[in-house]
Amino acid sequence: MYSIILATASRYLLLLLLIFSVFLLLRGHNEPGGGFVGGLVAAAAYALYFIANGIQAAKTVVRFDPIRIIAVGLLTAIASALPSFVAGERFMTAFWVDTGIPFIGKVGTPLLFDLGIYFLVLGITLCIIFSLAEEDRS
Amino acid sequence: MLILLAIGYCASALAPLLYKRFRENFGWITVTFPLFMFFGFLSRYPQIAAGEVIRESVPWVPSLGINASFLLDGLSLSFVLIITLIGAAVFLYAGAYMKRYAETGRFYVYIGIFMTSMLGLVLSDNMLLMFVFWELTGISSFLLIGFNHHKESSRKAALQALLVTGGGGLALLVGIILLYQVTGSFEISSFYDMNGVITAHVLYPAITVLVLTAAFTKSAQFPFHFWLPNAMEAPTPVSAYLHSATMVKAGVYLIARMNHEIGGTPLWQDTVLVTGASTMVLSALLAFKQTDLKKLLAYSTLSVLGTLVMLLGIGSKLAIKAFFIYLIAHSLYKGALFLVAGTLDHETGTRNAAKLGGLRKRMPLTTLTAALASLSMMGIIPLVGFIGKETVYKSILELEYWGMFLIAAAVLANAFVVMVTLFVGFKPFWGSTMETPRQPHEAPLKMLLGPALLAVLGLFFGLFPNFFMATMLEQSVLSILSETLSLKIAIWQGFNLVLLLSFVTLLIGGALYLIRSKMSEKVVRMTLPAFMKPSAWYEATLRGVLSFATVQTRLVQNGYLRNYIIVIVVTTVSLASLALYRSAGEIGIAPDFSITFYEGSLAFIILVSTLLLVNSRSRLKSIVALGALGFSIGIIFVIYGAPDLGLTTFAIETLNVILFVLVLYKLPGFLKLSRSSNRGRDAVIALSVGVLMTFTVLAASSFELSSELKQYFAETSVPEGKGRNVVNVILVDFRAIDTLGEITVLAVAALGVVALLNLRSDRGGR
Repeated sequence: MYSIILATASRYLLLLLLIFSVFLLLRGHNEPGGGFVGGLVAAAAYALYFIANGIQAAKTVVRFDPIRIIAVGLLTAIASALPSFVAGERFMTAFWVDTGIPFIGKVGTPLLFDLGIYFLVLGITLCIIFSLAEEDRS
Repeated sequence: MLILLAIGYCASALAPLLYKRFRENFGWITVTFPLFMFFGFLSRYPQIAAGEVIRESVPWVPSLGINASFLLDGLSLSFVLIITLIGAAVFLYAGAYMKRYAETGRFYVYIGIFMTSMLGLVLSDNMLLMFVFWELTGISSFLLIGFNHHKESSRKAALQALLVTGGGGLALLVGIILLYQVTGSFEISSFYDMNGVITAHVLYPAITVLVLTAAFTKSAQFPFHFWLPNAMEAPTPVSAYLHSATMVKAGVYLIARMNHEIGGTPLWQDTVLVTGASTMVLSALLAFKQTDLKKLLAYSTLSVLGTLVMLLGIGSKLAIKAFFIYLIAHSLYKGALFLVAGTLDHETGTRNAAKLGGLRKRMPLTTLTAALASLSMMGIIPLVGFIGKETVYKSILELEYWGMFLIAAAVLANAFVVMVTLFVGFKPFWGSTMETPRQPHEAPLKMLLGPALLAVLGLFFGLFPNFFMATMLEQSVLSILSETLSLKIAIWQGFNLVLLLSFVTLLIGGALYLIRSKMSEKVVRMTLPAFMKPSAWYEATLRGVLSFATVQTRLVQNGYLRNYIIVIVVTTVSLASLALYRSAGEIGIAPDFSITFYEGSLAFIILVSTLLLVNSRSRLKSIVALGALGFSIGIIFVIYGAPDLGLTTFAIETLNVILFVLVLYKLPGFLKLSRSSNRGRDAVIALSVGVLMTFTVLAASSFELSSELKQYFAETSVPEGKGRNVVNVILVDFRAIDTLGEITVLAVAALGVVALLNLRSDRGGR
């Protein structure tokens, strides 16, 4: 069942929802939000696109193999622990850099860690959705 | 020494890369590695000869008393030199021998890892470090035995060796821990003077049994001997190296090393003595029916290992001397003979002793090497094997109690060894020429040099026993007995009883050879009844464990998701309600029944959607109801001031609905409703969970939570975590390691889901 309204809307919604998910990720440190919710919202955005346009189109839009996204997420999260290693501090001690740029402010390893969670959650959800959808077709 | 070992592992890892570049000359390149080690350690010889003990220690996990500490004394240096020297011969030999095999690069990785681990084993001062190396040798042995992994017998033999020696390894670990309980240290050198304390301790018998089990499995003592002949499935260089010259001596090394520390009691000495002696005799008898060159050598190796263990059990000065000389002699001649057997196999295409003969014209140099090594193995003057055997006999004759019995056993065992030697070292080369699957010709230089070197060294040490060996002996004995003994080794001691015994041995051996050659194959094929063979016990145990695992899996992991859920839920409910009941008195439940409009309407929605969910006959309706339920709960979170939780719940519920639709979309409608009895059971379980949760929440809210954590996090979140959202700061900063663990689990779970789904679609596709 192909709905032309949903298909058209999903293109714009995808972008909007992705922007929203990044917004959630970034504001997570001070307001409700964070990498986990952000990742879920991003996955929901792609899921919507998949419902409207079918699995193949959704895969093209995602571009990367979801398993790779999982790996990237996990590696990013682990990489956020590296500065504490190098500095000889206790494992996963947070480091902050004050950029001084307005609206951005302080950037630190917890943000990187959150980014890792974002990708990981996105990857896992996509992974499961795509696998099930493929199963559906066969 | 730590650095040397690290270099060893790195070099092993590089082997396949180098192999790709220098295919032809790879043997010559690899041989530099053991030679480098050999000369590196040989340069310490003057220090060791002067009675010094070289130590090195790097803290590893100091809080647990685990250090990377090494110790080089006479005993370990002797083993190190044997390992590296024979390693050099084997590495070079394999350069030519392994050409027929695919993946030679991988072979060098395994054998490099083995050599390095074996060095680590004999150099370790810390028992846990030694255990690590002990297991590493076992694992590399497993990989090497199973090198022909397409053959079922190889895989089976590899698994058998791993299980038997690995089981021994576990015993060793427990023994080490018990020893730690007694001494408070893992360092072998620190309980050097604690023999009295250890042997008097109540745990001493347990320690003895455990440590000896480890040693006996590794050194293939009766009744664990059966894995060694089966391990002959490995390529011949491996058999020569691991399964005759080095790895199987690890158990002997362990007994020798611990002899001073925990030995000396009747329990220790008698166990070692009896086990060694019975292995010596039984395996010699078993050698009688073999025709395969490698199997013949394997059984004679077993017999020698038994002799070595027996000598440690005797434990007198003379016995330790005999132990040491015999150890070196055996490593040299057996290494050489195994490699010769490999050459024969390589050149003629058969390892059956009955089918080989008259090769001396075609392979003159191999014949010479074989003869030299065989003479040493038979114990003929002036080779080092002669001195070894003479000293063994002499040390047995010294005994008052067991003497006569043991000497008969030793002569008998050695006679069988002589028979084996005649089959392996002489029969293939002399007599009439026989047809072989392949046209034989002289082996390439790489395959000649190693065995020839070992055989010539056997002659050298026989002629000049006091040159090098005597010093090493003196220092080694110091490590084993902590007594000095300066016994000159002499090759000729005049005509005496011992020499007569040597003659008798040779005569019986020759007679056995003649009898065996005349005997029909039928008689040889006779086997013992199965219940008498330890290998049959092993098989039975393995089968029993496997079938138990099958039954248990069927019971616990029956594949029905609903059963898992029932088990989990019922367990949780019963345990939690028990705990609640126990503390019922302390909980003052004071529910607040005032209700707002929002709460009331949400409760109504939840109840309605639950009823819909349970009673619906359409899957889609159920899913929608489930979604409504989830969203209502999310709103409750928002009302009670947990926006993070609410937000996440919304996102998850959305995706949940999508996933359910994907799964259920293609299933048929509710054709068959579950039986009403099942539904009743499910309802009871579900209701009990609900009741339990209600009471838990009520109980929890009746406590005044005076947690310091809450305050701590609220106060430090902004200054230390730089964030106002306390929940998120806890997740990504304060408790980030927990989160890291959780997301790792998530990632693994996702991989599992993908693997399971792909498995199903594969099956569908076929």
